[in-house]
Amino acid sequence: MTREAKPQDLFIDPIRVVNVGLETFAHELESLEVAVIHVDWRPPAGGDPQIADLLSKLGS
Amino acid sequence: MSVILNEVRPGFYLDSVALMRLSREIAGQPGIAEAALMMGTPANKEIMRDARLLAAPGEAAQGNDLVIGIRADSDAAAREALANALQRLTTSRASVDPGQGWRPRSLRAALKILPDANLALISVPGAYAAAEARKALRRGLHVLIFSDNVPLAEELALKREGRDLGRLVMGPDCGTAILNGVPLAFANRVPRGEIGLIGASGTGLQEVSSLIAESGAGISQAIGVGGRDLSREIGGIATLMAFDALDADPATQRIVLISKPPHPEVAQRIVARVAASAKPVTLCFIGADSLDLPKNARLASTLKQAAELALEGRLIGAGFDIRARTREMRIPAGRSRRIAGLFAGGTLCAEAQVLLLAAGRHVASNAPVPGASDLARAVTDSDRILDLGADEYTRGRPHPMIDPQVRDDALRDALDDPRLGVILLDLVIGYGAHTDPAGHLAAGLARRPDDGPLIVASVTGTEQDPQRRSAQVAALEGAGVLVAPSNAQAAEVALALTGEYV
Amino acid sequence: MHAVDEANQEALRRMLAADPVLIDVIPAAQAIGALKENVLLHAGPPIAWERMCGPLRGAIAGAIVFEGWAADLDEAFTSAAAGAIAFHPNHHFDAVGPMTGITTRSMPLLVVENRTFGNRAYCTINEGLGKVMRFGGNDAEVLTRLAWLRDGLAPVLAAALRAAGGIGLKSLIARGLSMGDEMHQRNVACTSLLLRELAPWLVRAGKDPDVVAQAMQFIAGNDQFFLNVAMAMGKAIMDPVRGIAGSSVVTAMSRNGTDFGIQVSGTGERWFTAPVEMPEGLYFPSFSEKDANPDMGDSTIVETIGLGGFAMAASPAVAGFVGAGSAATAAAVTKAMSEITVGENPEWTIPALDFAGVPTGIDIRLVLETGLAPTINTGIAHREPGIGQVGAGVVKAPMACFAQALSGLAQALGVA
Repeated sequence: MTREAKPQDLFIDPIRVVNVGLETFAHELESLEVAVIHVDWRPPAGGDPQIADLLSKLGS
Repeated sequence: MSVILNEVRPGFYLDSVALMRLSREIAGQPGIAEAALMMGTPANKEIMRDARLLAAPGEAAQGNDLVIGIRADSDAAAREALANALQRLTTSRASVDPGQGWRPRSLRAALKILPDANLALISVPGAYAAAEARKALRRGLHVLIFSDNVPLAEELALKREGRDLGRLVMGPDCGTAILNGVPLAFANRVPRGEIGLIGASGTGLQEVSSLIAESGAGISQAIGVGGRDLSREIGGIATLMAFDALDADPATQRIVLISKPPHPEVAQRIVARVAASAKPVTLCFIGADSLDLPKNARLASTLKQAAELALEGRLIGAGFDIRARTREMRIPAGRSRRIAGLFAGGTLCAEAQVLLLAAGRHVASNAPVPGASDLARAVTDSDRILDLGADEYTRGRPHPMIDPQVRDDALRDALDDPRLGVILLDLVIGYGAHTDPAGHLAAGLARRPDDGPLIVASVTGTEQDPQRRSAQVAALEGAGVLVAPSNAQAAEVALALTGEYV
Repeated sequence: MHAVDEANQEALRRMLAADPVLIDVIPAAQAIGALKENVLLHAGPPIAWERMCGPLRGAIAGAIVFEGWAADLDEAFTSAAAGAIAFHPNHHFDAVGPMTGITTRSMPLLVVENRTFGNRAYCTINEGLGKVMRFGGNDAEVLTRLAWLRDGLAPVLAAALRAAGGIGLKSLIARGLSMGDEMHQRNVACTSLLLRELAPWLVRAGKDPDVVAQAMQFIAGNDQFFLNVAMAMGKAIMDPVRGIAGSSVVTAMSRNGTDFGIQVSGTGERWFTAPVEMPEGLYFPSFSEKDANPDMGDSTIVETIGLGGFAMAASPAVAGFVGAGSAATAAAVTKAMSEITVGENPEWTIPALDFAGVPTGIDIRLVLETGLAPTINTGIAHREPGIGQVGAGVVKAPMACFAQALSGLAQALGVA
């Protein structure tokens, strides 16, 4: 059985970051030698709210 | 005669900070009255419409289209600025895509590259932030949501889901965290130590963690929870989870909680949880009245006091003698004792208000603490203490911590005010912040007359930050600014200059 | 797991379980009962004569003459315009065809059987480069070659395949990927591998050594010979994936030179179409973008199964058609496509990507969410009929198809 996940798990392992949004945050973490991967994020469905709504209904 | 020129680039996305920086550059060109580059969402188009930057092409743009709006004195100036903007866009794009290498577009793809990632740092526009946060939670990540404008119901749903999954949801509108010594979003380089911080306020966390660092101690973790966590609706979900985590963390000996005053029901819940802990706790609810507290808890009225209590009584900036430093300084003749506060940090603004109110002054603010009045109800001799990071100043513009130019207009107005006595400023450095805010401010103060208002400031940050605190202080002092060791002491200096420091 | 994800896992399972084998070459009328007189199949989603592009009309006129339904091209154009010919998409009859994709009753079709599911799919034989019917060519040279394919090549090829008991394609593709093919723009390795396997059977099957020699010379001299085999294979793999309730996996992508159409598993046979885009690429000397026809063909079935643009990393030589053209660019394309697919194919791997499997099973949700349109490697036809291929490059599937398909799927699931 897996141990129940707790917030303080975060204090044990080195921080490894997925950065979604402002790229400067990823560059700064890189400069601190923190493991980080930057997501080249764009608005889903090209910013079309109707499509975005359908996507969420279809489990995306 | 002004000309409005629009250009729409369909499907061209750049992050908002990049666009806002570009907007300011273009707006600063000769002959240009105003300029903005924004994604064509309804909200952005409204901003552009209000700024008289939207013509028919821009009105027709969709959310995925980049809209360039330029208002200029002449058609030629507008066209030149547009050409410049388009060229900058191409170059910024090229620098984003070095060598056409692949960069993941989705969290799912990113996690294939970094499968053991444990934290998602989310700073996409608010309307999209909750969806990204939910994906991250469901893939087992803790989440820090820097984005603001996330609907309250979404925040509640995310925090409940995070609680069920045992995952921290820091934010939305979480500006600061320091986890395992790693500064995230807007944060400072602070040594590890035994003080654990929880903050609903980004600049509050930055000030307290920096003051602790500058006095030689360190922090275990600094956990941001977002400005609304202690509201009645959210009920302090993230604060309580963070408290549980720090209470269980053997590296954390003492805990500090920083927030504006919580909803009374939430405050009760927090106090009850604090009472169940064996660790000493400092509660810093800026602007709150007294609270009934358990014996392991103390209430701090300012950020500085919170740091001092966490340091078990060690004084911050003890060598800084306010009376000695202000003895030779006089408000120039003909000027009043009125103080204008121009703050980048929201909680720093609140802390200053609390201290001025405590000295019996009349304070007005766009973000008034209890006892201060709204700007609309300011009277002639009111101190106007402004939070320039608030929505009304940052709509469509970068935060003044990122781009100190945002404060320039307000500073110019204050310097031009013939009756104003003292200008009170904060300067927040560290990761996420501008590379040299003091240099920018010093340049703006360079040619002011000798009989202008006196200028007092503090620098929130540490010697280990990329901007180096001492270098920033030196630049300000070189520009004739009196720099105090903390924001609270800067407010006290202002009081000393107006004769109310006791 | 969400119901759509479960349905997509089933779609992926069926794709990976496929066992495509090239078994035969037979006349189209024998393969497809509906191919009577004056019935013609074309590439892409359904389209009426009035909206057809130049090359498609040109190829149709050529095919009408080829079948003897008209005495010459002028008469063929007139009768097609007058409604004398019934047009249907190949996809409606278990078939696919490259570029214009013309299939008529006497043309020989490659037969690929998916032995796991028992279904068959068909494609015409590749005519080679230059002036050919798939690029709208229709003169005597084109029709003479078609006649030779029918009367010369097809019988000996059919006999060889039958004698061999079919040629398994799955491992052949795996080897081709490791030899630099992506099976759309580049098929030189797979063509060679196929010929190597066929050679002894061709020699035994042929009564006349000259015919055998001509057949082997034709295959060896046409680096794209295998493309049509890969297309029939793609169709044979994807057809059993159709009709899985709730699945958002793309089962067909196809263009007719005017419209780009996709079909999605959970919405069955419904086409979702949008105006086709112009390819970007390199042109043969003396040609340019001005001469190009918009994108055409059923060959995008190759991308639908994870090859072509999706396997770009296997084929740095093809990456020359995509912008910078470095091996890193090729790898970036494949990695990007892995963001819009349900999984990877562990049997079709790319050495240059540390043997990552090709991205498999396009999920329309991921396409819309990431804004990454499927990247398709394609040939470029001249916009005037009869001139032929003028270049090669890449084209993106239009986003609007995927947006419509999402609405269609939502309706099918009752959540729209």
